Amino acid sequence: MNVSQGKVMTLEQAIATYVTDGCHISIGGFTVNRNPMAAVYEIMRQRKKNLHCYAHSNGTGVDELIGGGCISRLEIAYGGNGKAAPTCIRFKSAIQRGEILFEDYSNYHMSLRFHAGAMGVPFINTLSGLGTDILEKWGFSRELRAMDPKLPDKKIEIIDNPFGNWGGATKVVLVPAINPDVTIIHVQKADKHGTCRIEGLNFADIDQAKASKHVIVTCEEIVDSEELREKPEYNQIPFIHVSAVVHVPYGAYPSACFNCYDYDPIYLKQLSTFAKDDKLYKEYLETFVYGVKDHPGLLTLVGKEQLKMISADKRTGYATGLDRR
Amino acid sequence: MDYTLKEMMTIMAAREIRDGDIVFCGTGISMVAAMAAKQINAPDSIIFFETGAIDSKLEEIPMAVADSRVMFGAASNSGLLEAFATMQNPNTGDRIIGILGSAQVDKYGNLNSTCIGDYFQPKIRFSGSGGACDVASFVSRCLIFMQHEKRKFPVKLDYLTSPGYLDGPGARERAGLKPGGPTAVITNLGVMYFDDVTKEMYLASYYPGVTPQDILDNMEFAVDISRAIEAEPPSDRELKILRERVDPHKLIL
Repeated sequence: MNVSQGKVMTLEQAIATYVTDGCHISIGGFTVNRNPMAAVYEIMRQRKKNLHCYAHSNGTGVDELIGGGCISRLEIAYGGNGKAAPTCIRFKSAIQRGEILFEDYSNYHMSLRFHAGAMGVPFINTLSGLGTDILEKWGFSRELRAMDPKLPDKKIEIIDNPFGNWGGATKVVLVPAINPDVTIIHVQKADKHGTCRIEGLNFADIDQAKASKHVIVTCEEIVDSEELREKPEYNQIPFIHVSAVVHVPYGAYPSACFNCYDYDPIYLKQLSTFAKDDKLYKEYLETFVYGVKDHPGLLTLVGKEQLKMISADKRTGYATGLDRR
Repeated sequence: MDYTLKEMMTIMAAREIRDGDIVFCGTGISMVAAMAAKQINAPDSIIFFETGAIDSKLEEIPMAVADSRVMFGAASNSGLLEAFATMQNPNTGDRIIGILGSAQVDKYGNLNSTCIGDYFQPKIRFSGSGGACDVASFVSRCLIFMQHEKRKFPVKLDYLTSPGYLDGPGARERAGLKPGGPTAVITNLGVMYFDDVTKEMYLASYYPGVTPQDILDNMEFAVDISRAIEAEPPSDRELKILRERVDPHKLIL
């Protein structure tokens, strides 16, 4: 590692290096907030294929990756994106047309699975989902699981509580650990070695990052290590987990980034309209994704006025009074 | 004062929330109901989100549980693991009331928010569980918002996403779940509770202008209507607070 440069590279380089066809991937954020959208669009531009994606409720990012044809297998808890798309539109159509293999979990299941992966244990137990079809219906068959060494043999398992009734439970559900090949998160601040400071909710980003073999961090700002180390208790991810650091202002756009900018209701609403129609969506991709060189290119298309509308108010961290109808 | 059905539903849900409750909130009307309860009848209730924000200063209505509006002025901003732990924590779990929505509900309050038709080749695919299955598994009281239509109240769900009373009395315990389960189903026509003994849904109240028969006509299974009374419409005070303080820009209502 070049110590003076740290792990800083361009987004194009980072995606080309760490996101490979068929790799197992997860992205940070939750529905309309802090999705690593610049990275998502770069993955689409580089036409990555057959990704195996692990998602809890990563709305905008996962839906675009599906729409771009990058994902062939999906383990997911929630495909929804707030008001603009109560059910993510490309997710919905990909499943209804049988275009991707998918398997359902709950948000807690997925969070626990990343947590188990981060801790290096094979599974973790919970009481969530007993009696439901989430436990009964497997998206990936036993045959597929047996053939693929990167999949656990079972989706989920129920066992009797080995400690009797300790903790007031007779049975527990075991969910298998996830260790993605690569996780991409977008944060407010990072240093050049990858230490991250997330402002606002962290969702499941920390465990997703720590469970992953490689981590790409995109950030609003690259700051001096000394600045982050003045208050280490505010940093959530130390540099030892991180492979690449990329400076991408507005890197979560059109999703929100607390204290920096809000989600863009205009973009998200238009996207929903386009996504409902294959032809319009194709045109949208040609213009807004493949038609631009990089994320700054997309931001130029969107225009300064629209970005100004979503700029965050200093007191609240979001765009106060933003027209969200 | 005239009121809309959405306002009626919101107020009916808000009235179910007690002072001191910790309210697990989803998006849309459930968020408005929780915010209304805090302003009207349960000032010491606490709103929290599966994303990890607790007791947020909701100066504006969040449009998603990950909206930055839930992060502003919260008592603490953490993540999903912490939020779901709060629901199971021996000291806080019992105070939590969940509010959920669904595509289908059966007579035992089990919910489907995953698909219509076959799971593998669905006719219609919905968002899936999110945190709904977790909430329904963990918390002892739950409100469910529904539109009253026959296909949304089927005899059998196409997919059981979130557990209610499963197949009747004692079923949750047999499956290994904590006791508890849904408290009320609030629709555009009335409110249904669950019988203490049979765990089956029954009609508790119907809105002014609606008859119990209207309600039966809009569900596939029948429910007991013998205990039903006409619901008290929203008062002028409730409506005023709802319109002026909770959703002044009519984002949801």
